[in-house]
Amino acid sequence: MGFWESIMAQYADLSAAKQAIPFHIDMLHDFYQSFVEGNRWLLYLKGLGTTFQVTILALIIGVVLGVLVAVVRTMHDQQRVGKRNPLLGAVNAICKIYTTVIRGTPMMVQLLIMYFVIFAGTRNQLGVAMLAFGINSGAYVSEIIRGGIMSVDPGQMEAGRSLGLGYVPVMRFVVIPQAVKAILPSLGNELITLFKETSIVTVIGLVDLTKVAMQIQGRTYQAFMPFIGIALVYLVVVMILTWLLGILERRLRQSDRR
Amino acid sequence: MIDVKHLSKSFGDHLVLDDISEHIYPGEKVVVIGPSGSGKSTFLRCLNLLETPSSGTITFDGTDITDPKTDINAMRRQMGMVFQHFNLFPNMTIRKNITLAPVQTGLMKQAEADEAAVALLRRVGLEEKVDAYPAQLSGGQKQRIAIVRALAMKPKVMLFDEPTSALDPEMVGEVLDVMKQLADEGMTMVVVTHEMGFAREVGSRVLFMDGGHIMEQNKPYEFFAHPQCERLKSFLDKVL
Repeated sequence: MGFWESIMAQYADLSAAKQAIPFHIDMLHDFYQSFVEGNRWLLYLKGLGTTFQVTILALIIGVVLGVLVAVVRTMHDQQRVGKRNPLLGAVNAICKIYTTVIRGTPMMVQLLIMYFVIFAGTRNQLGVAMLAFGINSGAYVSEIIRGGIMSVDPGQMEAGRSLGLGYVPVMRFVVIPQAVKAILPSLGNELITLFKETSIVTVIGLVDLTKVAMQIQGRTYQAFMPFIGIALVYLVVVMILTWLLGILERRLRQSDRR
Repeated sequence: MIDVKHLSKSFGDHLVLDDISEHIYPGEKVVVIGPSGSGKSTFLRCLNLLETPSSGTITFDGTDITDPKTDINAMRRQMGMVFQHFNLFPNMTIRKNITLAPVQTGLMKQAEADEAAVALLRRVGLEEKVDAYPAQLSGGQKQRIAIVRALAMKPKVMLFDEPTSALDPEMVGEVLDVMKQLADEGMTMVVVTHEMGFAREVGSRVLFMDGGHIMEQNKPYEFFAHPQCERLKSFLDKVL
């Protein structure tokens, strides 16, 4: 008889005899049911994979959207007085509405609207979740990037323009690379927030790490092990991300000093 | 070459340039001096439209660059500019700093631009710095490279905005030497500076600005030996 079988047998005997179950037997029994039985740990792993997928895709969408919105908004603000481009004004207004609406409504509500209203016809929860989180993240990232762009010395833009380069190439080759370096800590923070926030995809039924824990709780009636377990997983992943971002930051700083 | 007519510029209520008309001829080395706040930097920055004039016109080689329909980027490609604070791109190597504009504007292919960059760097004695980053260089080296970066676009005129004001005294010479060399090659130059020695030695015409006006201008020798207006006399008394 293996280790787990003996634990389960002891637990069954004790509860059949209506005797007090020792703490460690209880815990091991719960642990077995929550993680080991039926290879349930594989479900957590799959759930974590989904969580990562949503986070990474949302981050990519968010950064692309964020850069576009930030560039439009700074471009609009840097226009010469009296030479405002009406088209840019309109796009800028759209960008402003976008950031206002997205930052002014709860993420969960946005997700529900995306899944049950806008994409009511699809059952592709993963796709909708990525998109909803990407759009949400874009609004926050755009403000971070806008701050970064404004922190770059205006002389850089002037130097680029004085060489005859257009606004967009100077942004692309000169200003944005420097802005990104300046905002890396804030972007890292956004990544970490995003990673944790994805747990609310459960409301549209996507089986991410949190949903797996909820499903297992439903099967085993054990809450302690699944939820503490995933909390630890989230924590460890965040700690690893923080550590990796620290390395990246130090690398980028080194290129300054040389 | 550059024709300025009735140029005025105000920031809010503050009138910085007041109805300036001036002409810069090919091959001239015009040196602009004056106290701070006199509008000399603003004047220079208007010439390539880094500042938009409030009124007046600026014509470069027959094209009105203040006309909104003019492709200002195409105009700026023919006018190099050197800044007080160098404004090299810190995220790029020196090679990339120099070749970015020629390659992106389609003036040269990357290989060709790389060769041109090395050739230009050799002229200022910095060819071994081609793979360095700006943060690794001294102020004087940065400014010489900023000059090279502007020259890489093969401009017809070079604008210098206090190119030595942010340098340690011992590095001023190396930058001025490069500018002198450029002047000897016949480049048209407009230089805003506090270096009176440079004005006297290299300038073909010296302008004195104060309060948004060009108060006086003359050939360098006459300018310094026989200043006419009182304001210039007192200014020269203080700086010389």
